[in-house]
Amino acid sequence: MYVVLNKDRMVIEKEQDVVLYRNRVKEFAVKIGMSLVNQTKLITAASELVRNMLKYANGGVTTIEVISKGRENGIRLIFEDKGPGIADINLAMKDGFSTGKSLGLGLPGAKRLSSEFDIKSTVGKGTSVTLIKWKNG
Amino acid sequence: MDRIPILRMGNFLLVTIQVDLYDRLAQNLESDLVQMVSKTGARGVLIDISALSIVDSFMGRIIGNIGSVSKIMDAETVVVGMQPAVAITLIELGLELKGVHTALNVERGMQLLKDKILVEDNEPEEE
Repeated sequence: MYVVLNKDRMVIEKEQDVVLYRNRVKEFAVKIGMSLVNQTKLITAASELVRNMLKYANGGVTTIEVISKGRENGIRLIFEDKGPGIADINLAMKDGFSTGKSLGLGLPGAKRLSSEFDIKSTVGKGTSVTLIKWKNG
Repeated sequence: MDRIPILRMGNFLLVTIQVDLYDRLAQNLESDLVQMVSKTGARGVLIDISALSIVDSFMGRIIGNIGSVSKIMDAETVVVGMQPAVAITLIELGLELKGVHTALNVERGMQLLKDKILVEDNEPEEE
């Protein structure tokens, strides 16, 4: 299992928070010595998800964690909102599908950029997304 | 309100994005640029993103929109200075930035724009 080494929570409620949040994720990624390419992938994935949270659920709570599994270190991000939820997750994970007017790349793109990705959603209750990016993965 | 400056240089408009874009700023840039193209009759738009550490699908869409709208307004768009890590991430994200030209740096971007316009007008530019 994972050991959580360091943890931070951040409430997202307006669009300027996206930039602050990205910077915070970057600080964590730099701290564990993640490569620039992996940092960029992680921050881009984070940006997609935090944007989704704002757009579809008017914000939510994010958790940034430094985790370790064996000898590997990584960053785990959790996004929790109390929005309308996603009726069909398989559909939402398809490239090009969007209920908004966007490109429909956010969720599937964020998954491709992550090492591990998990999404749970209950209609009417909200959505929770967890992603992990390993330092060397 | 924050705005990203748009510089005019001859037939071209130059934009250097020096700060991380949040949504309103990006949308303002889009409408400002299109209005500038219309007002000045610019034939090319050069966007320097060398200071951007990430480009997500939202920003990618804004850049794509600028390209498409400019095209309709008879101006070519070239995006220059993309960081290698950003390029790798964009492709993995699934964003190919269709509709905009790209160049490695400002110098090559300007050359690309000049060439495009020369070919289109089918006559040498007068210096």
